Amino acid sequence: MAFLEIHNLRKSFGDVDVLKGINIAIEEGGFLVLVGPSGCGKSTLLNSIAGLETVSAGEIRIAGRPVNDLHPSERDIAMVFQSYALYPNMNVAENIAFGLEMRGVAKAERDAAVAKVADMLQIEPLLKRRPGQLSGGQRQRVAMGRALVRDPQVFLFDEPLSNLDAKLRVDMRTEIKKLHQALATTIVYVTHDQIEAMTLATQIAVLKDGILQQVGSPEEVYSNPANVFVADFMGSPTMNLMPASLHQANGATSVQIGAVSLPVSEPSEALRAHAGRDIVFGVRPEDVTDVSSADRSARFIETLECGIDVVEPTGADKFVVTRLGEKEVTARVRSSERIAPGDRVPLAFNMDKVHFFDPQTEMRIN
Amino acid sequence: MPMRLRNQIQDLLPRLVLSPSFVLILIFVYGFIVFTGYLSFTDSRMLPSFDLVGFTNYFKLFGLRHWSTALGNLAIFGILYIVICTVIGLGLAILLDQKIRGEGVLRPVFLYPMALSFIVTGTAWKWFLDPGIGLEHVMHLWGWESFEFRWIKDRDMAIYTIVIAAVWQSSGFVMAMFLAGLRGIDNEILKAAQIDGASAWRLYRRIVIPMLRPAFLSAFVVLAHLAIKAYDLVIALTNGGPGRATELPATFMYSYTFTRNQMGVGASSAVIMLIMIASIIIPYLYSELREKRT
Amino acid sequence: MSGAGNAVALRSGAIARAAIYAVLIVFAVYYLLPLFVMLVNSVKPLDEIRSGNMLALPEVFTFTPWVQAWSEAQIGVEPTGLSPYFVNSLVMVVPAVLISTFLGALNGYVLTKWQFRGHRIIFGLMLFSCFIPFQIVLIPMARILGLLGIAGTTWGLVMVHVVYGLGFTTLFFRNYYDAFPSELVRAATIDGAGFFRIFQRILLPSSGPIIVVTVIWQFTNVWNDFLFGASFADFDSQPMTVALNNLVSSSTGVKEYNVHFAGAILAALPTLIVYIVSGRYFVRGLMAGAVKG
Repeated sequence: MAFLEIHNLRKSFGDVDVLKGINIAIEEGGFLVLVGPSGCGKSTLLNSIAGLETVSAGEIRIAGRPVNDLHPSERDIAMVFQSYALYPNMNVAENIAFGLEMRGVAKAERDAAVAKVADMLQIEPLLKRRPGQLSGGQRQRVAMGRALVRDPQVFLFDEPLSNLDAKLRVDMRTEIKKLHQALATTIVYVTHDQIEAMTLATQIAVLKDGILQQVGSPEEVYSNPANVFVADFMGSPTMNLMPASLHQANGATSVQIGAVSLPVSEPSEALRAHAGRDIVFGVRPEDVTDVSSADRSARFIETLECGIDVVEPTGADKFVVTRLGEKEVTARVRSSERIAPGDRVPLAFNMDKVHFFDPQTEMRIN
Repeated sequence: MPMRLRNQIQDLLPRLVLSPSFVLILIFVYGFIVFTGYLSFTDSRMLPSFDLVGFTNYFKLFGLRHWSTALGNLAIFGILYIVICTVIGLGLAILLDQKIRGEGVLRPVFLYPMALSFIVTGTAWKWFLDPGIGLEHVMHLWGWESFEFRWIKDRDMAIYTIVIAAVWQSSGFVMAMFLAGLRGIDNEILKAAQIDGASAWRLYRRIVIPMLRPAFLSAFVVLAHLAIKAYDLVIALTNGGPGRATELPATFMYSYTFTRNQMGVGASSAVIMLIMIASIIIPYLYSELREKRT
Repeated sequence: MSGAGNAVALRSGAIARAAIYAVLIVFAVYYLLPLFVMLVNSVKPLDEIRSGNMLALPEVFTFTPWVQAWSEAQIGVEPTGLSPYFVNSLVMVVPAVLISTFLGALNGYVLTKWQFRGHRIIFGLMLFSCFIPFQIVLIPMARILGLLGIAGTTWGLVMVHVVYGLGFTTLFFRNYYDAFPSELVRAATIDGAGFFRIFQRILLPSSGPIIVVTVIWQFTNVWNDFLFGASFADFDSQPMTVALNNLVSSSTGVKEYNVHFAGAILAALPTLIVYIVSGRYFVRGLMAGAVKG
């Protein structure tokens, strides 16, 4: 049985439905990341798990125990907030110990717990300071300390890294990952940053408009996006998506994008059923490369001569923008490739890793 | 205790905590407004009576010479008070905003009258404007024999002495409001305008002053409602005199209700005052609270 | 209000700057003049005021007017001076300020951190009560004070000032707590703190500035009130403002201007001291009272 279970959860504010029947389950020690654009309901979902919002319908269970009617402090959870929410009038040690104090834990026991957590997070020198005297990264650590000291069954993180600068964000991301590996506690983590989601999660849940779009491992969500939204949302630069049509002639299937036609190898039954109809064709930038970088293990590579409009070196790679039909397509090439705007170069399409979606339902065609 | 019950108590607690204040306001403000409104339709004289007489009191009120004096005075006082306070307040704020050395000394000097009771202000100005010992007397001693300033004893001019004292008391406050507005303007906008070649005069006329719109609105609302409520200052400065020449609605209501035993008329004048203030305040509060919504 | 002047000031020559200073100084004189008149004439003998120059410094310096104003002058029928009324005002102000500030803090807390359906309309109703012309409540209030048996007492005045101060104190705390991060309340909820514990342990310790602003505002308003004092006080509960007005406007006997001025300063002193000691907070209160929402 799953450790954290969410059954058909609904939440409305007035006549606005913010969550429209969410079902998620995660095993003990899992790291669930809720990701989606702002306003998708991910924070509401997290707050519902915390008990900070009452739910309109559905059930939440933690370790098999329904917690809907429990006060947040009785759910055995701890939460790290986006703004850290450190109590400004208390020093770091008092901040960390506050939850224990509210639970009536004795002073000596509290001090010991604080010392242990401070050691784990290496914040002993800060214990007597006020939050106002700390840097962003230090506040972040204290906020985590406050959650850790309680040794809860579930940790909830609400965009904990979004107030940090880019470099610190990457460092803290790694630390959170290490912490999770060391403690093996169940975590639910909200972010709008899909890279954070990919790097941290054992399970990713993509939300949009209060509806769960897809739940799965990072690999699943990335490689087999369930619909156009997930395909577009996960990955940076984003997946190239373009209108196309599917054709079948002489037993061979091909996809027509503007004037260009690419053969589709080993089409599935479902895909073949779409022959003669419009579809949405998708391919990630890393699957459109210069010929020498093409994935050697790929079984089907198609090469097309493409005109280059824009070249964007990133250091490690170069992204080049070309055109297929009317749509811009981004491709990833080696940084050593000498390509200038206006050039025509052959680009290799990894046809093993292309995606097809139904333009009406926007669902993936398998 | 069962969880649900405890949660329900927790849910009710905020409302319970708020309710004493809310009930007090409901009774002592809105209940009383209804009560006074009701009295304004009765034949109450020395004591409240509950016999309805329709709009008689209102007809009587608007037929009274004292009431028309009070309304006329309120118009003169209100307009001058608002306009002069705004002009002085804005002027001082702009001047103070020119990187003035000693701003820290000047600002509190401009503002301290706001901390005083109107009774104190009235006392000070009453004797300073008194022809026998005050300004006129001083000018005579300084050799300006023909100087005459006896407005406070003049039925036609006394209302203007109230304007003088009231402006003295409130203009510094208006200055502070405009200064806060000026300091809130984004410096980059001003820099951009300077780069565009706007002269100092144009900078203020075309950019700064239009951006002070919220401060103008707040100043107007605050001053207008203070003008309608003006009572203490009149009592201390002229006590409504000479004769009843400086009668204002607030003093009118008090004297008709409590000394002339015309409670019905007094109540109707209070209702008129409330309507005047409400017509200014309610749209203002409505727009202010609405903006917060987004 | 704080901070340096605008980076972009009028670019002006020496003459223009001299003119600016001249105007500012003229206005400073205008604002200080009445205070100066009160001060110098409060330490002059009466005949020096009558025959002499009101703007001149005293030739004969005397504290007698102050002593008279404080403890001897005829107020109403008794030659008590203003001192008992000063005490009346103090006894009225302290509880009125404390109670209304405390209730305002709780109201602000509920209206921002524990919002429920209808909280906006409740706040709107409370806010409007700040602006009503108090003439509209005088008649029923007189009756209610009588019914409660506190007519003419200091406690009656305390209640009146608490009720009509609630709108402002609630406004101050509401606006302050509105800017107080709600995540702190959520964090404390998860930590297991309840309604009162969060208020006491998390919000109240951070409320110093707004408490000062509110206390100063209420103190100034209640101390300076005249209308309620004149309407609802008996002779033995009259506040300072009413007594001062009685002193100054009594038509019997010689007009003792020096005593009037001394009395006026005595009445102004508490609020003036508060203003001098904590002007910054006073201004903040004025601003918060003016710029709503």
